[in-house]
Amino acid sequence: MHDGFLTYANSRYLKLAAAVCLTSIVAYILYEPVDEHNGGTVLGYILGTVGALLIFWLTWLGIRKRKYGGHFRLTGWVSAHVYLGLSLIVVATLHTGFQFDWNLHTLAYALMIIVIVSGIFGIYAYARYPKLVSANRRGASLDDLLTQIGDIDRESRQLAVGLPDEVSSLILKSCEETAIGGSIFRILSGKAVNCPSDNAFAKLRGLVSSVDQEHVLNTRKLLVLTGKKCGLLGTVRRDIQLKALMDIWLRVHVPVTVALLIALTAHIISVFYYW
Amino acid sequence: MSEEFEIAIVGSGPSGLSAAARAAQKEISHILLETTDHASDTIYKFQKRKFVMATPDVMPLRSDTSFAAGTREEILEKWDEEIEHQKVNISYNSEVTGISGEKGNFTLEVKGGRTIKANHVVLSIGMQGNLRKLDVDGDDWEYVQYQLDDPEEYEDETIIVVGAGDAAIENAIALAAQNRVALVNRKGEFARIKAGNLTLVTEAIDSGLIECYYNATTSRISPGEIVLKTPDGETTVPCDRIIARLGAMAPRRFVESCGIKFTSDEPSALPELSERYESSVPGLYVVGALAGYPLIKLAMNQGYEVVETISGNEISPADEPLLEEKFAALHGRGVNEVLKEIQENVPLLSHMSALQFREFMIDSAVHLAKPGDVIFKRNEYTNSVFSVVDGRVNVQINAEDDNELVELKNGSFFGEMGLIAGRRRTATVVAKTECFLVETPRRAMLKLISSVPGAKKVLDTAAIYRQIQTHLTPNIEKELLKEIVDTATIESVSAGEKLISEGDESDHMFIIRAGSMTVSKVIGGRSVILSYIPSGNYVGEMALLNNEPRSASVTATVASEVIKIDAVAFRELLGRENELKQVIEEKFQDRIVENLETEDRPEAGDIIDFLVGQGVGEASDVLLIDESLCVRCDNCEKACAETHGGISRLNREAGPTFENLHVPTSCRHCEHPHCMSDCPADAIHRAQDGEVFIDDKCIGCGNCVNNCPYGVIQLAYPPAKKPGLWSWLLFGSGPGPGQDKTNTTKVEGARSVAAKCDMCKDIEGGASCVSACPTGAAIRVNPEEFLSITNLAKSS
Ligand SMILES: Cc1cc2nc3c(=O)[nH]c(=O)nc-3n(C[C@H](O)[C@H](O)[C@H](O)COP(=O)(O)OP(=O)(O)OC[C@H]3O[C@@H](n4cnc5c(N)ncnc54)[C@H](O)[C@@H]3O)c2cc1C
Ligand code: HEM
Ligand code: HEM
Ligand code: SF4
Ligand code: SF4
Repeated sequence: MHDGFLTYANSRYLKLAAAVCLTSIVAYILYEPVDEHNGGTVLGYILGTVGALLIFWLTWLGIRKRKYGGHFRLTGWVSAHVYLGLSLIVVATLHTGFQFDWNLHTLAYALMIIVIVSGIFGIYAYARYPKLVSANRRGASLDDLLTQIGDIDRESRQLAVGLPDEVSSLILKSCEETAIGGSIFRILSGKAVNCPSDNAFAKLRGLVSSVDQEHVLNTRKLLVLTGKKCGLLGTVRRDIQLKALMDIWLRVHVPVTVALLIALTAHIISVFYYW
Repeated sequence: MSEEFEIAIVGSGPSGLSAAARAAQKEISHILLETTDHASDTIYKFQKRKFVMATPDVMPLRSDTSFAAGTREEILEKWDEEIEHQKVNISYNSEVTGISGEKGNFTLEVKGGRTIKANHVVLSIGMQGNLRKLDVDGDDWEYVQYQLDDPEEYEDETIIVVGAGDAAIENAIALAAQNRVALVNRKGEFARIKAGNLTLVTEAIDSGLIECYYNATTSRISPGEIVLKTPDGETTVPCDRIIARLGAMAPRRFVESCGIKFTSDEPSALPELSERYESSVPGLYVVGALAGYPLIKLAMNQGYEVVETISGNEISPADEPLLEEKFAALHGRGVNEVLKEIQENVPLLSHMSALQFREFMIDSAVHLAKPGDVIFKRNEYTNSVFSVVDGRVNVQINAEDDNELVELKNGSFFGEMGLIAGRRRTATVVAKTECFLVETPRRAMLKLISSVPGAKKVLDTAAIYRQIQTHLTPNIEKELLKEIVDTATIESVSAGEKLISEGDESDHMFIIRAGSMTVSKVIGGRSVILSYIPSGNYVGEMALLNNEPRSASVTATVASEVIKIDAVAFRELLGRENELKQVIEEKFQDRIVENLETEDRPEAGDIIDFLVGQGVGEASDVLLIDESLCVRCDNCEKACAETHGGISRLNREAGPTFENLHVPTSCRHCEHPHCMSDCPADAIHRAQDGEVFIDDKCIGCGNCVNNCPYGVIQLAYPPAKKPGLWSWLLFGSGPGPGQDKTNTTKVEGARSVAAKCDMCKDIEGGASCVSACPTGAAIRVNPEEFLSITNLAKSS
């Protein structure tokens, strides 16, 4: 319908990032180091500096995002962040001259790659999940769904009064013990293990045919209500799952960024120390 | 034996009290008679802790009794102190039952047998003493009441509220929080109540919170129950309490028994009074609510003035200094002289009475413009109206050519188009000579139009001509339009009403002068929207040109106004004016092409339909969210809260969605903002670029909250102070940015005020919700551009 961050301003930052990569590659090919390609050559220093500056600037997004008001478009910042972040793959790798080893320098590099990979997953999440969230909720807000579930619970409790224990205990359990959310893995799975509501639904099906005649009508009503509730619960769990998926990668992206900054600082200090 | 006084004042409301204080100050012998055992019964009976307002703000208070906005308790306490202190001779428990005699020799009968003689009488009994009563058998049951002090006093009762006015509704809603409430409405609907109350009560009834008996009257009451006559026969409803809110009337019988004439036989008529508040009985004066000034400050000023008048002082009205200051720039001419000059010169303003006109001028501003001064610019959102008292101005009517001018002479007015349409100015106006202009803000102008029929007529006639010329026939001489203008009328169309129905005979065309419309057509059994037409455009010309039945329907999206133009006159004009015919023909062709395009792509029409249903049809700027991009991070809400004192004025998740287009709960900056219609503090305004905002005059009455149909205003307390970004980041002191977005808990001593989106008018860089969106999902759009079919077609 209009431009998102990937195509922001005619993909201006995609072009900029491409230019940075291209320049680095050309320089790498043309440049003839005395010894061999590595971070210690003139080009190595240049690329390293560019890379480090980029990393600090990329981290600044976390601050920029929280300084509200003023002449800027966060969309533009994110667009630049994504493309320039990706260009680091080229810039930093060429800086190393492919000299990897089990040392601090490579640790910094590895952390950077983790941040970038998590970022790439972020882009995937941002491109894919928003539509799924809308489709899943079909116009209702999360609050609406939770209210509906609450209403069903209330109605079910009323209906369950006076029904045989086997029925009413199922309903009570479904009303009281159904959990939404839980551990992060539970949320991300989008499913619930042993959900009392699912349980009640499955068992009620059998009970409808076995309860006394006078209770059949209400038990059947409960079956329908519980079925509806399970449907709503599914929608809510999916909603929370999708939102978690859109958020979870940031929980890797940001802490690893912090680790990266530390490792990078150490890297830079160490090379100057041994100089 | 009777007591004798120079002045007897009946009723110790604000007006009577102020009169007595003045008399005490001047050491005139006086007595202030009050029915009840306390002063100022009307205010005494306000809801507990009610915040009393001191409107109109600009009017100075001229009284020996003090008064400023504050709670009921503060005000009453202060007055009691002053009565004591200033030696006001007040007599409680003294209901006056009759007044007879003449100037210099009045006799007042006081219940209980006391009589009082006075040379002059000031009647300041207000209206509240005359509440309408139920007047049925059993209405003396101890739980029948006509007033409600504090709704929170009642809990878990079944309460019947009789009445369908604002007071009844407000009581019913307040009571329903803790009680079972039923309303008894004599009619089948709620007519004549504030829009906000209507929404509230309809919602409460629909949701079952309040039960309502329509077309029902009270037959009788017995302890513990009320018997109602309904269309289905009599019903007995058990109840713990009955509250009847049936309104107040001028205590006409009593007032007439004193010999005072009323202006008419209408139930709402008031006593006939001179400019000095003297009634038809010389020496007997009427002030306050009974004189038609139902505001505390005005009533108090009158009390002061009336005593001055009685003691022979010709004093000028309290607003005189305001007008003097206003006219200061006019080379020291007297207030009356200037007022007279304006009214004599400007027909639009000539229909007001002297008192009305003074009030009007207090709200207005006067300007002296020099040749070349720009009065306002095209595309500004200002909405005041200017009257030319002296001099001439040029109107630049063509956006492309500044030299295409229309000259307006003294006596004319301009700027009314913005007022009517609620949209940007359509022309730039420049002073041609030295000019003396009067600028009147929207609110005062609307008051003028609704209360003075003569002024409305002048305005409408001129507006019809100008709107036809601007929107239909820009290049045609005024004289040639006479026939069209003479046969044209202004019609209102309510939201959802059809202006034109497909298939009908066509004998009119229409110019939309306020609101907006959609054009739709039945295709394959389904009504498909073909286009959206904002005000300033004409519709219905197609069928006229071809002499065919209507090819499509035109429906108002919101309450709208159109100018209806007669077919015969229009065809005749086209017959004469070839060029015009061509222009209209061309636009007609464009529309056919456009319609064909949408017929192929009904989705675009569905989007228009959806958005119009969300009030976008009356919006000037609306926030939309593209859900295919929105990652639900709520950074928009956080940005809003962080830039607006911690309270987000937008609720991202709430609001409906169509396909991937989501309309969050956020201000639409309506062309005719509903929220403005009933703000007693005049705290809601429209800024130059169209932003509707609330300033710090807000007193938190909540009217706007109820009046906004889109639920975007909230009452909130000012939030607690937050730590800075870095101390949150580094030391984890909370709440952090965007956390704690709304604040409805009360800080000690704080008062809640209305908060809504102001489109970040004071923030550099524009709407912070949009600038804070990481993915570009949040956009602000102008409906006219966004809803154009070509635009919708391009984008999807
Ligand atoms: C619910 C409500 C809210 C309002 N809120 C505001 C507000 O916020 N700000 C504002 O400016 N205005 C407000 N008003 C209007 C304001 O209260 C009145 O305009 C004002 O009180 C009028 O003053 P008054 O002196 O004319 O009469 P009143 O205040 O009505 O006083 C009349 C007095 O005369 C006494 N009396 C009556 N008959 C007799 C008799 N026969 N003999 C002796 N004494 C008699 C009565 O007991 C009473 O004390 C409100 C009104 C209502 C009903
Ligand atoms: C100011 C910025 C930088 C400077 C001055 C710098 C400097 C250097 C130097 C001098 C070397 C050679 C060390 C040696 O051969 O022992 C080197 C190697 C390396 N640098 Fe950097 N660097 C910078 C930024 C970066 C960045 C941003 C990364 C990636 C996150 C990075 C990752 C590496 C790696 C992986 C090596 C190879 C280590 C090895 O040879 O074993 N450097 N750097
Ligand atoms: C080493 C490189 C990178 C660093 C240091 C970095 C750092 C950060 C930081 C600090 C944030 C702010 C998160 C927050 O506060 O919420 C962020 C957000 C983000 N990053 Fe990165 N990033 C890097 C690379 C990338 C790459 C390569 C991509 C994509 C391919 C990417 C995509 C994103 C996205 C989409 C966001 C979220 C924006 C938002 O929703 O507000 N990042 N990054
Ligand atoms: S607050 Fe409501 S009524 Fe007022 S301009 Fe905004 S949307 Fe319109
Ligand atoms: S709450 Fe709304 S209507 Fe009331 S004073 Fe404030 S802005 Fe005006």
